[in-house]
Amino acid sequence: MDPVQLLSGAFLLVGAFFFIAGTVGLIRLPDRFSRLHALTKADNVGLGFIVLGLMPLTPDLFYGLKLVLVWLLVVIAGATGAHLIAKRALRGDGEDVL
Amino acid sequence: MNAFLLAVALVLMAGIAAGLIRVAIGPTPSDRMMAAQLMGTSGIGVILLLAPVLAVPALIDVALIFSLLAAVAVTAFTRRRVTNHGD
Repeated sequence: MDPVQLLSGAFLLVGAFFFIAGTVGLIRLPDRFSRLHALTKADNVGLGFIVLGLMPLTPDLFYGLKLVLVWLLVVIAGATGAHLIAKRALRGDGEDVL
Repeated sequence: MNAFLLAVALVLMAGIAAGLIRVAIGPTPSDRMMAAQLMGTSGIGVILLLAPVLAVPALIDVALIFSLLAAVAVTAFTRRRVTNHGD
């Protein structure tokens, strides 16, 4: 196994760890805002490390650029979503209504 | 390397299954929506990991569509307003 694959595997493991941490945090943390905090860590850092780990395995440059584009879109979507959910929770509209 | 990629994808899928707990017990709709968002991101990770294993580069485009749809879902959820049907 060459060092590039070893580095890629290490990045993938770190990414998987952040995803596990985010999921456990989402289930275990007591209130809505701390759950939101755990969620955004998994979104940004976890997927970022997964993309970083897949980068050495890409066949060409275009493929790698698309990987980075996926991560950028998820980061933007995660930031927007977290902001909107937090604002909605602070205003208290629409909550606890089924 | 392929077996390792599949193992990481399996860990992410276990995370998706665990996220279903929050969807089931989540006291407010926001919690359920957050769990859905985390599951969407994990799903994107699984697809990105499966693309080199299956040697289907088009799966990256599927991940792009997923990331766009996740943003739309959360935004649509927060735009929902409670309406009083009485007045």
